[in-house]
Parts: sequence; C-alpha cells; structure tokens
Amino acid sequence: MESFLNRYRNMTVLLLVIFAQLVLLAVDAKNDQHVRFIRVWTVTVVSPLARVMEGMRTSSISFVHNYITLHDADAQNRRLQAEVDRLKLENVFLTNQLNRADNAKALAIFQQSTPSKTLAASVFSMGIGSSRKVVYVDRGSTSGVMREMAVVTPDGIIGKVTAVYPTASEVLLITDPMFAAGVISGKTHARGTLKGTGTSECKVDFVAFEDKVDPGDWFFTSGDDRIFPRGMPVGVVKSVKPGQPYREIMLDPSAMTAGSPDDLLIVLEGVHQDIPDTPPATQQVYLAPPPPPLAEPLAQTAAAPTDGSASAPAAAPRTGSGTEADKMRTVYQKAADSEDIVLGGGPTGQNIKRPPDFTKIPVDPRTVPQGRGAVPPSAPAAPVPKKGTESPIPTKTTAPANPDAVRRANQAGGGPGGIPQL
Amino acid sequence: MSYSGGRMLLSSQREGQVSRFNVWVTILVPFLALLFQIYVPLFFRFLNFLEMPLLVVIYIGLMRRNPISGLLVGAAVGLAQDAWSKNPLGMFGITKTLVGYFAASIGMRLDVDNVLMRFLVALFFYVFHQLWYWVMEHMLLNQQSPFDMPAWLGLGVLNALVGAALFHFLDKLRVTSR
Repeated sequence: MESFLNRYRNMTVLLLVIFAQLVLLAVDAKNDQHVRFIRVWTVTVVSPLARVMEGMRTSSISFVHNYITLHDADAQNRRLQAEVDRLKLENVFLTNQLNRADNAKALAIFQQSTPSKTLAASVFSMGIGSSRKVVYVDRGSTSGVMREMAVVTPDGIIGKVTAVYPTASEVLLITDPMFAAGVISGKTHARGTLKGTGTSECKVDFVAFEDKVDPGDWFFTSGDDRIFPRGMPVGVVKSVKPGQPYREIMLDPSAMTAGSPDDLLIVLEGVHQDIPDTPPATQQVYLAPPPPPLAEPLAQTAAAPTDGSASAPAAAPRTGSGTEADKMRTVYQKAADSEDIVLGGGPTGQNIKRPPDFTKIPVDPRTVPQGRGAVPPSAPAAPVPKKGTESPIPTKTTAPANPDAVRRANQAGGGPGGIPQL
Repeated sequence: MSYSGGRMLLSSQREGQVSRFNVWVTILVPFLALLFQIYVPLFFRFLNFLEMPLLVVIYIGLMRRNPISGLLVGAAVGLAQDAWSKNPLGMFGITKTLVGYFAASIGMRLDVDNVLMRFLVALFFYVFHQLWYWVMEHMLLNQQSPFDMPAWLGLGVLNALVGAALFHFLDKLRVTSR
C-alpha cells in the first residue's frame, strides 16, 4: 500500500485535493430548491444503493415470509379441508332434519284430517337381508300396535305390521313379494290384488281382462283385506298388458316414490271412506282456508273437470256414486231438469224466469247424505245447498243453514283446493 | 534567457531546470494576482478579460515542475478566488488544481523558457480552464451557461500574450538551480 502511494503519489494527492474541494463545493453550493449539493449528491449516490439493498432485504424477508406463509397455508389448508368435511356432514344432517321436520308436519296434518285413528312412528332400522322388504318402527305393543295393522303415509300405503314387540314393530313393505292387499281402481272401480315384486314396483293381480284400466289410473285400497281402510291411495298404473284371464298391471307405489319414508302412521282404527274417482291433486296435504261468509256461484267451478280424465259432473251426472256432495248435487240437478231450469247458466237473476221449486224434491233416505256433513233428514224441504250446487237466485231459503257442514261437504268432494278425502 | 538552447521539447527530464522561488514570492505573487483580478476591472473594465490568477498558477506549475506543489498552488489560488467571488467554493479551486497539476506535468517535458511554448501553453490552459469550468457548471451545479469556444479562443490569445509578458517579468523573481 505504501509503495502504491509512493508510486502514484502525485495522482493520489491530486484526487484527494479535488475530492476535498468537491466536498467543499457540495457543502457550499445549493441547487434551485435551496438544497445543498452535498445532500443532493449524497442522496443521488446513496439512493440506488439503498434501493438495491432495500430490494434485497425485501426479497429476503418476502422469501422467508412466503415460505412461512406457505408452510402455514399447508396446515391451514388441511384444517380448512377438515372443517369443510365437517360442515358437509353437518349440512347433510341438518337437511335430513329439515326434511324430517317437513315430513313430520305433513304427517301431523294428515293425522288430524283423516278420520282413522293413527299413531305416528319412526323407522329406526331396516330389515336384514335383501330378499325381504321390511323396516322396524319405534312403536310396539305398549303403544297399542297389533299385527296386521295398516301402515300409511299421506302419500299412500306403506305396508302392514307383521310382528309386534313391546317397543318396536316389524312392517312389511308393499314392495315385498309376500305383501298383498285389496285394491280398486278409482276410475273404473276395477278390483284386484296388490302384490309386491321385490323391486320398486308393485303389480295388481286378478284384474279381469274386460275391466278397463289404463296407464295413469289410480288405485286405492278397497278395504276387502280388512287391513287397509277403503279409499287410501296406493299408486298409479305404470303399464298395462293384456292377459288371460287377468291383466298384467304394474303400479308405482305413491308412498315409495322417494324410497322408504322415515316417518309413517300406523292405523290403529281404520275408517272406510269412498273411493275418489279423481286422482289426488297433489301428494302433499293441504288445508284450504275457510270459505268466505257469502256463498259464491261455484257451480261452474264444480262443473269444471279437474283433469282430462275426469268427467264434468254437469255433463255426466252420477247417480248415487261419489261423495255426499255429489249425491246432493245430483238431487238438485234432477229437480232443476224437471222444471227446465239450467243451474249455473249465468249470473244471479239472469235467464231465469222463475226460481226452481226445490220443495218438490222427493225425500229419499238413500239420497240424503249421511255421515259427516250430512243434513238432518228432518229438513228435506229446505236442504242445505253446497257451494257448487247452490241456487242461482239468492234467497233466504237457500242460505247455508249449517256453514260447517257445507265446508266439510266441500272438502269431502275433493274440489279445487280441498283436501283429498281418504 | 534560454536554458534549452532554442528547442521546445526536452529529450529528458534531466534537461529541464527546476526553478525555485522565495517563499514570499510564492505567496505574494498569487496574492497580487488576486488583487489585480478583483480591483483592476473595477476601474478598467476592458481588463476584465484578464485571468491573472490562472496565469500565475500556470507559471508556477511550469517553473516548479512539481505536480504536487503545482496542484496545491492552484487549489489555494482557486479557493481564494472562489472566496472573493460569488461562485460556490471549489469551482475555481478544482479547475486551477487541475491546471497546476497538468502544467507541472507538462513543464517536465517542455522547454518552458521558450516564448512561443509559453504562449501556446498559456493559450491551451486558458481554454482548458474555461472548458473545465463550463463542464463543472453543467455537471455539478446544473447551471446553463453558454458554450462559446470562439470567445474562449480569442480571450485565450489575449491572455496568452499577457501571460508571455508576465512570465518574462516573473522570471526575474526565480532562483534557478540545476
């Protein structure tokens, strides 16, 4: 070093002197912004170096931070994945709970609306083995359950009790090959025997080939088996094949469309009901709101067919068959026809020269509705009209004498918005 | 008086003669040059073109033939000139430091007693002085001064003429030795 300085002594001194004067110049001089040049030059020289060093420092910190972050991200990813799995299970559980709550609500509504005495039960186990279609419910002999009791849902029949234990019962499903029940067609009243096939479908045996059954027709319980009350929906015909001497009818059980239900009803005391000629509008139970206080001309509504297969009551009046309201309507229709008066032909008071004389209606005990919503036989001269059959002329004599009876009769008729009576 | 027998370039440094000056001469002559630069133009504006401190630095550098002493004299004269002017400290100092250094370096190779050589050296260092000052103004101070090379050359010729006469006068003050 010393030899180097000796060799380049002149140059070294020159550089030192110039550097010293540069420092002096930088300290003394200011730029346009009144900032000393020593500060400007220092910042100018130091800034790139500082920027490079800051970049290196930031990169180093970022690298370490990202590494740690990624390390945490891996653990966090696993933790979140576990949480997602847990939430999925919880979601499935809650969805099932919600569905069960809906089913329980529908079951409760159905239980209140059906005249049969039923007992709610829940399926807690499936039968072991694939050949038999049985389930176990949490109601047994201590709850009043006995063998051969019917098991139903609002959608239709499910099966029957085949074994009873103190706190549980075995239910044979209608899809089991050993199951059999008497059924009847809602449209043509063709009778047959429902049998399980071991699959999701059932078949209806012993339907004579001359009986007309089409795909889409509904079958209901006939009550002949003394197990299922008459009038409960069974299912809809899926296919019909001609055969000798019986048709081969395959049927989709209405209560098994979504598989075996979790909640069901055991019929403790069955009450037979009429066979509806129209299929259930919906498979869900619906309670219509109470009717308005003033009767409306619902004859047109009642005359309208509920679907394409159902015939209009006005066009094809039934005689004696159908619900109590239908029977009452038939009586009034006959009375109006005998006097050449068209009921429901227009607004009230139009196209009618005189009111019909309903006092001439013959009193026939068979035509007077009996049972729920029935009109007392002691008042045949002033029959209680039902909404769909009320007189177009509003008179005091045609006012509803018993609104509750009318409402129940309407519900029994299965009109629009009403409850399908089972 | 010529020590080189009429040649402008020396064959070796040994041919060159190192001039020595008394200390008071080394201090007084630059001081007088500074006073001349400060006060004479106040009374004689046409003498404003003269750069007496620069001519003195060139002469001392050429005669002393010692780069360190030349740059120190240049730095001292330049800083003193900066101190008496409005320039930032160091502008004339750095410039005259370089002039003193290069003048001493050239003086070892040239016959500094030749009048023509003195004229040329004075002309060259005047232009170098102006050019370097302009560069520093631009590079360090970011000031936009005009680049007027013809004027520099013209003033350089005048200063070189004055310098040749001044150098002849200053030769009377040196103490020669071989």
